[in-house]
Amino acid sequence: MNKYITCDQLITDFLHDYVATTLSPEKAFEFERHLGVCPPCKRYLKNYRETIVMAKTVGSTPRTLERVPDDLVRAILKTRRSGG
Amino acid sequence: MNKNLPINPSFTPKNALDQAAQVGHEPSREPRHGAADERQLLARLRQGDDRAYEEFVRAHGDALLAVARRFLRNEDDARDALQDAFLAAFKALHNFEGGSKLSTWLHRIVVNACLMKMRSSRRRRESSTDSLLPTFLPDGHRADVGPGWAATADELLSDGETQAMVRAKLDELPDDFRTVLWLRDIEELDTAATAAALEISEAAVKTRLHRARQALRTLLEREFSR
Repeated sequence: MNKYITCDQLITDFLHDYVATTLSPEKAFEFERHLGVCPPCKRYLKNYRETIVMAKTVGSTPRTLERVPDDLVRAILKTRRSGG
Repeated sequence: MNKNLPINPSFTPKNALDQAAQVGHEPSREPRHGAADERQLLARLRQGDDRAYEEFVRAHGDALLAVARRFLRNEDDARDALQDAFLAAFKALHNFEGGSKLSTWLHRIVVNACLMKMRSSRRRRESSTDSLLPTFLPDGHRADVGPGWAATADELLSDGETQAMVRAKLDELPDDFRTVLWLRDIEELDTAATAAALEISEAAVKTRLHRARQALRTLLEREFSR
């Protein structure tokens, strides 16, 4: 049995590709073997995934639901008419 | 307002944003008009009908300004990007063949305009995420194991204040990292398309994305463990 990968290797080198499911099967096995004995890394992975979900959710939600301001509409149309 | 920004809707940086149009993953980009209405509007636009241009801007402006505001932190920059995007769209309308929805096409243009705006600003380019990355002992163990958090994203985001906090933390990321996270995790471009859009290597995209996610995770952990 190989030595366990370290937390540094797991987080720095493997985590991105593991989440992207592009890690090789051998490395994914080592990744998951480490998780099985390392609650902090397991928690780190969970929170890393949650972070992605939260960024996606919040980033896809408009900051405001305001109408485009009239002065901006006028500026756009004026610039068009002037050949801008 | 820079009227000479090289925004060409038919040519986003190396066509990087085409993927977003093809994927069509954002249901909120559904056009407000039916296909027949859209064709009529396009015909009037191509004839130079001034009222059609105003209808066009008002029909799509709200959604596109919301995109620009999400992408750019500064209101003036968001307004400039919207204006640049519409002017670019006007010039390219004759090339729009209806292969994608008009709203999707416009979304791609405004994202491109935002990228151009960010390139011209680069206000936080020198910032680093180093202080927000985990640190390790010489034996490879974590040196700074934090408390993490137990709740799921859905549970946490059910609270409007938490949504605002997460948005604020996203805005705290340095632009180089925030932009990559935005294109990859929010716009859902793939690594190659993001690399092309930002004119950096795919390896740099992966590194920056990983750092951005880790930095954001640290910022959120600090809030959730209070």
